[in-house]
Amino acid sequence: MRYFTKEHEWIEVDGDTATVGITDYAQGQLGDVVFVDLPEPGRELTAGGEAAVVESVKAASDVYAPIDGRVTEGNPALESEPGLVNSAPEAEGWFFRMTLGNPAQLEGLMDAAAYQAFVATL
Amino acid sequence: MADADLLTLPLDGLHRALGGRMVPFAGYAMPVQFAEGVMAEHLWTREHAGLFDVSHMGQLTVAGEGAAAWLESLMPGDFLGLAENALRYSLLLTDAGGIIDDLMVTRRADDFYLVVNGATKAGDIAHMQARLPAGVTLTPRPDLALLALQGPAAAAVLEAMLPGVAALKFMRSGGFDWRGVPLWVSRSGYTGEDGFEISVPAGSVEALAQALLAHSEVKPIGLGARDSLRLEAGLPLYGHDLSPETTPVEAGLSFAISKRRKAEGGFPGAAPVLDQLFNGAPRKRIGLRFEGKQPVREGAAIFAGDAPVGVVTSGGFAPSVGAPVAMGYVESAHAADGTALAVEVRGRRLPATAAPMPFWQKNYVR
Repeated sequence: MRYFTKEHEWIEVDGDTATVGITDYAQGQLGDVVFVDLPEPGRELTAGGEAAVVESVKAASDVYAPIDGRVTEGNPALESEPGLVNSAPEAEGWFFRMTLGNPAQLEGLMDAAAYQAFVATL
Repeated sequence: MADADLLTLPLDGLHRALGGRMVPFAGYAMPVQFAEGVMAEHLWTREHAGLFDVSHMGQLTVAGEGAAAWLESLMPGDFLGLAENALRYSLLLTDAGGIIDDLMVTRRADDFYLVVNGATKAGDIAHMQARLPAGVTLTPRPDLALLALQGPAAAAVLEAMLPGVAALKFMRSGGFDWRGVPLWVSRSGYTGEDGFEISVPAGSVEALAQALLAHSEVKPIGLGARDSLRLEAGLPLYGHDLSPETTPVEAGLSFAISKRRKAEGGFPGAAPVLDQLFNGAPRKRIGLRFEGKQPVREGAAIFAGDAPVGVVTSGGFAPSVGAPVAMGYVESAHAADGTALAVEVRGRRLPATAAPMPFWQKNYVR
C-alpha cells in the first residue's frame, strides 16, 4: 500500500518496513536533481521532521519523514545517479527505507487518488 | 511578494505561451526556466544560442556637456577616453569604495548608454539624480526592452537578421535597423559565451524575440540557467557576490579601475580602493571546487582548519563542468589557488580547494 503526504513524499509499506521517495509532481517542481543528501542508517526520524535534502541545479529542498521510524538504508543508486529522482521518482529513485515506528500515523496520509486530487488543486 | 504586486515585462505573454515557469525576480514576474529545465538550457546556450529576456535591467542615457567627467566622478572607469561605440564594465561606488552596483557604460555619438541591474535600478537612478550637475541629463528608458542572445551560434543567427552585426568586436556596439525598428546592439553578455545584448523598443520586442526563436539554433532560456552560466564563467552577481560592503579590489574587479584613474584617483572611495590595490585587500573573492557532488550554496561558512575565514556568496551545480562550484570571500592569507579549505553544509564540513576562475573557459570573440 502506498501513501502520500502534502509535502509530496510517498511511502510504500511492505511488512514492517517502508520505502520513502518524492512524487513525480515534486521532481517536476524541483527540476534537474544533482545530489541527494540521505539520512544515515540508524537515524531516528519524526513524522514531519527533516529526513533528507534534495538538491537541484539551483536550490536545496528538504524531504520530510512521512511517519516516525528509524532509517534502515539509503538508496545507494542515488549517489552515482541522482537523476533517477527525475527519471523514476516513484520507483528506482526512492530515497530511503525505514521502520514503522507508529503505523497509526499512516491513517493521516493520503492514498493515490486523494493525492492526485490534492495535486490538481495546486 | 504576492504575485499581484509583481510587474510584468513586455514579453510576459510570450514567456507564458512558451511554458516559462514564472517566479518573482527584481520585482518582476520572470521565467526561471522553460520546459526542458535549467540543465538543458544551460548546455544549449554553451553549444548553440540561448535567448534571454533581460528587460528587467535598467537602461539609462546620460547626455550633455560634461557627461563623461560626471560619470568619472561616480565610477572608476576612463570615460573621457572611451571610444565611440565602445562599452566598459564599471562600478558605482560609495565614498568608502563599496559597490553600489555594477553596470555597462557605452559611449555613443550623442550620449552615454548605461545598463544597470534590475533590482538596483531605482537606487542607482536616485543616487545619480542626487549628484547630477547642471547641463547633464539622466534619462531612464523604460520604453526599451533588452534581449541577450548568447552562445556560439549567436553571431551567425543575428548576422542573418542584421547584416554587419557579426563584425562587431567584443565590447563594441552599434545601431542597427530591423524591419524599420531601431536597435542598439552590443557584443557583450554575462554567460561567458560570445553573444549580443539587443536594446529594442518595448513595442517591437515580441516580434524580434519571435524572429530569433524561429531559428532552429535559438531556444528561450530562463533565469536559472542565466545564473549557472554566469557562475561557471566566474562572473559576480550583484546582491550576492557584490554589495556596498565589498570593494572592487576585494571582488577581483580591479580591471574596472582604468589605468588613468589608478594614477589620478578622483572617484568615490579612491583613497581606500587604491590603497587596497597597491597594498593588498584584507579579503578576496575566490573560486571553490569540491571533491564530491554536493552543491554548496550562498551563505555557507568557509574554514581554514578550524578557523572561519570567509563565506560562500554564490554556489551551485555547474552543468558544463559536471560538478559543484562556488565563489565566496576569504581572508587574503587563504585566497591563493590550491589552498585547502573546508565549507560547512548542514553541519558537515566538506573539503574544498581555492580554485581559479572562470570554472569554464570563456568564449568571447576578441
